[in-house]
Amino acid sequence: MNTINTIIIDGMSFALPLFIMAIGGIYSERSGITNLALEGLQGMGAFTGALAAYTLARSIGPNSQAPYYVAILCAMLGGAVYSMLHALLCIRFKANQVISGVVVNILAMALTTFLTKTINRNVFGAASDKFDLGVSRRLTIPVLSRIPVLGAFFTKVYPFEFIIVIIAVIAWYFLYRTPFGLRLRACGDNPHAVDAAGGNVAGTRFIAVVVSGALSGLAGICFAYSISAKFSGDIYMGYGYLAIAGYIFGNWNLLPSLGACLIFGMARSAGYQIVQLLGMPSAYSDLVMILPYVLTLFLLIFLSKNTHAPRALGEVYDKSKR
Amino acid sequence: MSYRKKYLKIAVLSVLVSLLAGAVVILILGKNPLSAYYNLLQGCGLAPKAKYAGGKSMFTDLSSYIDYLTPMLFAALSYAVAMRAGLFNIGISGQMLVAGFISSITIGYSTLSAPVAKPLVLLIGIVSGMAVGALIGFFKYRFNINEVVSSIMLNYIAEYVISFFIHVKYVDPVSRQSRNISDAARLTLHQIVIGGYKYDIPIGFALALIAVFVLKFVFDRTVLGYELRAVGLNPTAARYAGIHVGRNLVLSMTISGALAGLAGVTYYLGYFASIQPRVLVSTGYDAIAVGLLGNNDPVGILAASFLIEIIGKGSTYMSSQAGLQSEIASVITGLILLASACNAFFMSRLDRREAAKKELRRRKEESGSRKGEQG
Repeated sequence: MNTINTIIIDGMSFALPLFIMAIGGIYSERSGITNLALEGLQGMGAFTGALAAYTLARSIGPNSQAPYYVAILCAMLGGAVYSMLHALLCIRFKANQVISGVVVNILAMALTTFLTKTINRNVFGAASDKFDLGVSRRLTIPVLSRIPVLGAFFTKVYPFEFIIVIIAVIAWYFLYRTPFGLRLRACGDNPHAVDAAGGNVAGTRFIAVVVSGALSGLAGICFAYSISAKFSGDIYMGYGYLAIAGYIFGNWNLLPSLGACLIFGMARSAGYQIVQLLGMPSAYSDLVMILPYVLTLFLLIFLSKNTHAPRALGEVYDKSKR
Repeated sequence: MSYRKKYLKIAVLSVLVSLLAGAVVILILGKNPLSAYYNLLQGCGLAPKAKYAGGKSMFTDLSSYIDYLTPMLFAALSYAVAMRAGLFNIGISGQMLVAGFISSITIGYSTLSAPVAKPLVLLIGIVSGMAVGALIGFFKYRFNINEVVSSIMLNYIAEYVISFFIHVKYVDPVSRQSRNISDAARLTLHQIVIGGYKYDIPIGFALALIAVFVLKFVFDRTVLGYELRAVGLNPTAARYAGIHVGRNLVLSMTISGALAGLAGVTYYLGYFASIQPRVLVSTGYDAIAVGLLGNNDPVGILAASFLIEIIGKGSTYMSSQAGLQSEIASVITGLILLASACNAFFMSRLDRREAAKKELRRRKEESGSRKGEQG
């Protein structure tokens, strides 16, 4: 019983950041821009957020909750600003979108590790390659948490999980229920039609990529506040690619992608619980770590026949090609 | 201007711009960028250092630099072969790790003598890298799985599984890495003394040079090279032209994997003699920078890898001399990547400017001749 609770609690705290990142990916790809840059965007978001929180915590003391929320805001901003690089490369400079995504990732890794070390040394006077954040505090909702099994969803919840749920609902509403969302989805399927109807393809795609940057940044700072309790190069664990696998299963739709992310999260936490229950040595946790990745590969193999990517995905939009 | 000349112009420009951007960062940090860049050259044995330890000279550093360059050359060629067919092999690091690990445990820890062990290491490296590459190609062909996603997944799986085996069975309790392989199996003749100085002589480098020219020939002069290019440029058109697209996809990933395997053995059983668990080397990613900069042309890659590896290899010496974090090297590499990613755009810009110039000249001539008629 207790084990199941732990699996659900840990699983949710991993699945929800993954999901919000997948939503970002869906926005970008439904608008027609392949986004392999999620990994770098979440890292850059986590970096800016962590830097803001670390600086703030040094000046106003560790007990305040303010740095936490400032970090989340800054992470979203940082991710959004950095994602403009991908948008610029793909839309303005007409670069190959796959290459651009990978380049953005590599640059993010290099920049954040370099800046972390340099800022630590030159500003804070410490030889360190990380910003310590500590683990976020957790909330337990009084009544709901006492429901058997389901109560686990309301026990020891990180505050960022609520933020994610709220943003996810808003993102769903915008994508499926507003004219903007309709135009965005049309940009991914038939940009020429959007153009002919008077829409702005480049502008819409730009906004979509920036949204994906903001949401990935949010996911990054969530990982930094839960799994790693710090910002360092460890943030690049391939979660961005897991999110991509998530929305590919979800066929570029929000709700099915949530299902995929939940599977990843639960598989991961269940694996850790099994290692602990059986009392295996720590080297075995390496084997558990591969569970989400193996699962991704198998799911891709079995589901890939039914996937329907947006039709104009990855194509450079050229007005004159009508 | 020919295509090649134009490309060269853009490549040189993007490198210069990136170095300039790096110099600005170094200036902001209050260091001298020129001396920092000179340190890069010194670290690679391309410029003399102020003083050397006993038994070492500039050529010791140079030989070590060539040793460091060898895996990169293979890795960049691996990237280029896949890219020819339009596939993005981002799993080079993982394929390197698999090849390095399998050859280490089979040959590296055996007691075979050098003439038997070294060829076997190469062979096993090729085969195991090939197997992983072929798997990715097969996934792409049979299940239409994006090769970027599948190779990243395989990267992580390889990283953790191999880390598990190293921790359980092959770990060196002091260094926390895998145990060192035997000297007989190592592809670099390590710290050999010739004429009073020590050198690291990489056997793989000769092989890498051969690979450059073989690939150049295959790309430019054979049916296979032509088919790969056709598939990469437009798979649908290639299919209508009667080219078996799936076979070419799998084949290009297989060759790419084999080259990545060679990169792996020259790295883990050459430049190094052990494997650090839970780490994927950056060579596989830097290879993308090299490939982009070299325009996926084997000879271009040879030139580009020399350049990028100066930054990579020299950064350690630079960081000790100039007091800069060695990560600045990967930032500069990243900037070069960024500039190279836009090269298609700059190419079209150059084309347009050239066309405009031609148009202008034509008009001038026309008006000139008209004036002649009037007069």
